[in-house]
Amino acid sequence: MSIVKGYVLPGLPHLYLAADANPGWLKVRQAMERVRGEIEASDADVLVIYSTYWPSVIGHQIQANPNIEWVHVDEEFHALGSIPYKMKVDAQVAEAYLRTAGDLGLHARTINYRGFPVDTGSIVVNKIVNPDNRIPCVIVSSNIYADRKETLSLGRAAREAVEKCGKNAVGIVVSSLSGRLHETKIDPQDDRIYSAADHESNIRLLDLIKSGRFENSESDVNGPSKSFWWMSAFLGSNGIFAGEVLAYEPVYGTGAAVLGLTPAVGAVRTLDFQPPEMGDRI
Amino acid sequence: MSKGRIVAGAIAPHPPHLVYAENAPQNEPRAVCGWETLRWAYERLRKSLSTVDYDVLIVHSPHWRTFTGTHFLGVEKFKSLSVDPIFPNLFRYQYDITVDVPLAEAICSEAADLGLSTEMMRNPDFRIDYGTIISCHLTNPVWNKPIVGISSVGAARYHNMDVMQEMMHKLGQATRKAVEESGRRAVLLASTSLSHLHFTTEAPIPEDMSFERVTSHSQYLWDIKMINLMKQGRVHELVGLMSEFTEKATAETEAGSLSWMLSAMDFPEYPAEVHGYGNVIGTGNAVVEWREANI
Repeated sequence: MSIVKGYVLPGLPHLYLAADANPGWLKVRQAMERVRGEIEASDADVLVIYSTYWPSVIGHQIQANPNIEWVHVDEEFHALGSIPYKMKVDAQVAEAYLRTAGDLGLHARTINYRGFPVDTGSIVVNKIVNPDNRIPCVIVSSNIYADRKETLSLGRAAREAVEKCGKNAVGIVVSSLSGRLHETKIDPQDDRIYSAADHESNIRLLDLIKSGRFENSESDVNGPSKSFWWMSAFLGSNGIFAGEVLAYEPVYGTGAAVLGLTPAVGAVRTLDFQPPEMGDRI
Repeated sequence: MSKGRIVAGAIAPHPPHLVYAENAPQNEPRAVCGWETLRWAYERLRKSLSTVDYDVLIVHSPHWRTFTGTHFLGVEKFKSLSVDPIFPNLFRYQYDITVDVPLAEAICSEAADLGLSTEMMRNPDFRIDYGTIISCHLTNPVWNKPIVGISSVGAARYHNMDVMQEMMHKLGQATRKAVEESGRRAVLLASTSLSHLHFTTEAPIPEDMSFERVTSHSQYLWDIKMINLMKQGRVHELVGLMSEFTEKATAETEAGSLSWMLSAMDFPEYPAEVHGYGNVIGTGNAVVEWREANI
């Protein structure tokens, strides 16, 4: 098995329901469609998704319903329309993830309930990069209390689960960079990043990505650090990968970037990343 | 048409555990017991409200979170399944809700006139958040009154509590004016816990009360300080402390539900009736009612 590739993808519903309304949104959508092509061309057996749109409180929740079906409406952007959706979940990897997380001392549980509200970000991303559900996925929540160490362990547990199942996996983080939305309704043509400070933080982060060094990113509180920790551990806790920025545009004030991360031995030689020690426990 | 009025307001916390523990017929999971202090508090609230003639419940929910302004339910009927995203093991509830759309539109319009960003939610596929459902269920389990559902904004995160509270005070004014002009008799529900730092693990048996307590003594002290102000009718002091309380107790008042309700009731300076206080997965919850003696 191997970790084929990692992606960081935005998940606002505009990208699925209204991408044509703004040239920047369309660029992001087209970049995600390029990701779809890359995934289709890969030999990935499973998509492992860490969604910042799915917060959890009681430990970590792992979606394990093999066949999900519902009609989704975003709680904020309900006027964009409804999203009928189906998703295929790799229950074997989900159960393995539960066990490896437990082995690392994490409190986790699988979720298998009809009507469970799958988050907007996971639905939007799956609709665009995996529209036919050709590849099953596993989705894990973003625990609001988890710190860096715990989140690194959660990423490592995902990697170990995939390894134990003998599968090839693509890791996907569903997150914007800066996450602040406009506080009033806007004309899509007038979209921009919420603030200059958010934009500057995003640019710093994108520079780190391009140099393959996102694992130590310490962006502001509204940024995506936690999800990057997860991805870093999922990719192998060695920080060695090549980063590619496929798009970066404002989507309703947020910094929506499409990032590709390819494991690449020797890509970076100046790392100060400290992976968890073997046998390390929370 | 006679002038409408707000006839009562209540802090109506929304832990799904309470619906689970009472084995509501709409809820699929079954419990043996649990969280009686709070469930009995809700019984007292229901008994009290049974003596009040009212037309509509207006509920402000932290779990319908919108950042692009305040949103209002704008479809007359909603019928679906609500599964709690945090506690799906406890709450899988079939709801059938009627909305007072004209009143919602009136509040939306009044709030916009006061400078707030507002929007009506017109999508019939929209799923109602569990905060709205639980507070309304526990207050009126027979669901024989329409509701107005109001979202909470993220201004406390984007700016600070003072900014958010100022916005909620305007929303409260708008609510009061719209209710008065509608001729309705309304009960307001602030769907909120007080201190809100959760445990991060769950007991093997969710209703095992030997696991239940407040997360920290400091949270408890803050909760009691605020409740005592309510009991003493010192609402202006309470409002002045709201930002500090929210920060120190990681309180769910961050969503603005309590600030909205107190403003809509014009900051009542008479003692509130505290029906009960209890903890759910470490959070502090009080069922508190404000009702003038002559209503």
